[in-house]
Amino acid sequence: MKKFLALILGMTMMMSALSGCGQKAAAAAVSTDGSTSMEEVINILGEAFVENNKDVKFTYNPTGSGSGITAVKEGRCDIGLSSRALSEEEKSDGLKGTVLAYDGIAVIVNPENPVTDLTVEQIAKIYTGEITNWKDVGGDDKEIVLIGREAGSGTRDGFESITETKNSCKYRQELTSTGDVITTVSQNPNAVGYASLSAVKDNVKVLMVNGVAPSEDTVKDGSYKVQRPFVLVTMEGKELSKTAQEFFDYITSSKVNDLISSAGVVSAN
Amino acid sequence: MQRKHNLLENTIHGIFLLMGLVTVGFVLIITIYLVISGIPAISQIGFFKFMFGKTWASTHTTNPQFGILPFVLSSVYGTAGAIALGVPIGFFASVYLSKLASPKLKALITSAVDLLAGIPSVVYGLVGMLVLVPGIRIILNVPDGASLLAAILVLTVMILPSIIKVSITALDAVPSEYEDASLALGATPVETYFRVSVPAAKSGIAASIVLGIGRAIGEATAVMMVSGNAPNMPSLQQSVRFLTTAVASEMSYAGEGLQRQALFSIALVLFLFIMLINAALNFFIKKNKEG
Amino acid sequence: MKSEKLAAKRRFYDKAMRSFMLISVAAISALVLFLIVYIMAKGLPNISWELLTTKPSRLKGTIGILPDILNTIYIVISTLLIVLPIGVGAAIYLTEYATNHKLVSIIEYTTETLSGIPSIIYGLVGMIFFCEFLHLGTSLLAGSLTLVIMNLPTIMRTTQESLKTVPQSYREGAFGLGAGKWRVVRTVVLPGCVDGIITGCILSVGRIMGETAALFYTAGFAHALSGFFEGMVNSGATLTVSLYVYAKENGEFEVAFAIASILMILTVLINLSASLVQSYYQKRRSL
Repeated sequence: MKKFLALILGMTMMMSALSGCGQKAAAAAVSTDGSTSMEEVINILGEAFVENNKDVKFTYNPTGSGSGITAVKEGRCDIGLSSRALSEEEKSDGLKGTVLAYDGIAVIVNPENPVTDLTVEQIAKIYTGEITNWKDVGGDDKEIVLIGREAGSGTRDGFESITETKNSCKYRQELTSTGDVITTVSQNPNAVGYASLSAVKDNVKVLMVNGVAPSEDTVKDGSYKVQRPFVLVTMEGKELSKTAQEFFDYITSSKVNDLISSAGVVSAN
Repeated sequence: MQRKHNLLENTIHGIFLLMGLVTVGFVLIITIYLVISGIPAISQIGFFKFMFGKTWASTHTTNPQFGILPFVLSSVYGTAGAIALGVPIGFFASVYLSKLASPKLKALITSAVDLLAGIPSVVYGLVGMLVLVPGIRIILNVPDGASLLAAILVLTVMILPSIIKVSITALDAVPSEYEDASLALGATPVETYFRVSVPAAKSGIAASIVLGIGRAIGEATAVMMVSGNAPNMPSLQQSVRFLTTAVASEMSYAGEGLQRQALFSIALVLFLFIMLINAALNFFIKKNKEG
Repeated sequence: MKSEKLAAKRRFYDKAMRSFMLISVAAISALVLFLIVYIMAKGLPNISWELLTTKPSRLKGTIGILPDILNTIYIVISTLLIVLPIGVGAAIYLTEYATNHKLVSIIEYTTETLSGIPSIIYGLVGMIFFCEFLHLGTSLLAGSLTLVIMNLPTIMRTTQESLKTVPQSYREGAFGLGAGKWRVVRTVVLPGCVDGIITGCILSVGRIMGETAALFYTAGFAHALSGFFEGMVNSGATLTVSLYVYAKENGEFEVAFAIASILMILTVLINLSASLVQSYYQKRRSL
């Protein structure tokens, strides 16, 4: 018994010693928390920042926009990440939003689907259940399977406010993440979904909206309609730690435009 | 010296008592926290509207609805379906393994069942999501395979180990005198096992079924990966949301306010279900010990 | 005539039951075989040295699961360190000290209750109690405390079972020689339940490794590479959680299956060692 405990204790110490040598205890840390859609862009920026400031520890916790905002409010992280604009209520709670980038929300279908272009009105009609068959929008005679995100998601919020379908979407599936939507659409020839443009891979087909294909340029000049902001959330009037402020300044500077666009989104600065 | 010794003994007794009371403390904490965080939303929404409302639209901007009847029914139907499929398979398999199988075969299949029990639920979800869901869509020729049916099939597999292991233990414990007597009276082995051994082990088998129910109603991860998560009233080919997945799917995004509180209320309802099941389980286990 | 009919009916009953049994066993075997072959075939080819020894980099577009492996080890160690003394202590109290039947049955009932509570509820309560009320934040520590509650019943049960196999005469002998209660527990009872403790540990490791829902809300999903103490206060994903994240959030199925096959192998190893420990101690006892 004693031996056993000693063994465990020994292992613990060894483990901490082992991983301790890898990196001298990080002197400074930046913690971010929030939107799963922002995973790629924030991780790229974080890695780049750490490369220039070797002693800084950067963490990102992908919990979702709502949790990220709450975490800032409760002081559990330095910078919150939200993939929707802050609500009036949240602003009146003393939160401040700084737009980091704009992200196109791609409307995606299975590659087998012949449809290539929809208007915003058609998309709205499809999602509210007025159009239920692909043949009505120029596709095959197949029932449309609506894939969406769960209530509270930043992507859903952005999509529904632009298509003006709030409260009336008739989802067949409500999935909890960007990747899940893409996977599901890639597996089902009848499905349509929406997902952050930055996350879309070539296993699904991206539709044009009103004849405009989503790209960095069309998102930037606003001709691609379905887009939403990526917001950095901080507390109004509360000073960030020195390192967190440096990180904040770094990622909102124009120096990082290339990095941000390598994540497939458009820098706001 | 004696007093010092007594002091030591008493302290140690006290320490062990404290450790024994830890579980009681944890159950109290869990109950209190669930009740405290679950009651506000229920009282704000209204008990009947919450329990029997058929629509769940938690982020509706003008008229949010918090009816959890679809979740309750999905959980009940899903569990019932898994039990309906899993119990016969598990039951026949346990009789075979306990009574007829050679020791080698028994050891082999038991370790296979142990493997089933040990595989993390997320792995079941992964396989379900990539094999079962497209499979259902193609075989049944429906627009989408993520459905109550997919959840039932995954849950069936997940409750099999609990059913088989507990049933085998109960069947193994049947005194061989019973069986010998039946065989001596001219009953065939199969008749003996099903008409003598099974009735003798019935409370153990009942306990295994209740255990399966508990496991099925409480599973979140695997169900979430195959059931589509739309808050529909349950129907076999439609995507559905269970009580567990209702909590899990909106928790990470729900901000403060009624939506989040309502999720805790759902957890409270789920907890009450589990407490009922536990009470039933205890009843059967006690009966098994007495009988 | 009548008895012949009866015989036919009995034969039919016999055959029907036999075939039901065989079908069930065959179905289960086929299922297990399918799961093993499918997961191994999809997972093993994707396991590489690089995957096992690096952390994920968005800048380079590579994925590594070293942080997840370390997080799993950290959480297993910390959970066991906390749950072992409590669980073993509680089991000793129940079998050696407790005299009040009512208290014993309350403790046993609450233990049963704990083992029946689904992990999603542990996750929620862990989140509001450990993360928010105790201000631990989303961290491995909060996760492992949640797992402590979940695994307490397992440790208590296995320890209690092996305590029951310690012959009463040993205790009486020790008391007869004038040993105090604590001395008896320390020198006679504890060494007798080592097998139960080890079995409990092995089973708990399996349960900790397989847990997702309870860890989502308490330990989070970060993939940061850190040492033990630093890791404990930060958010981190275990292998199972990161499998979920890679499959659901990112659609990286190669990595998901690689992790799934690793978990599958670990499950086999855990089951194997549990039965080895049991048979080893059984043999020693029967000597």
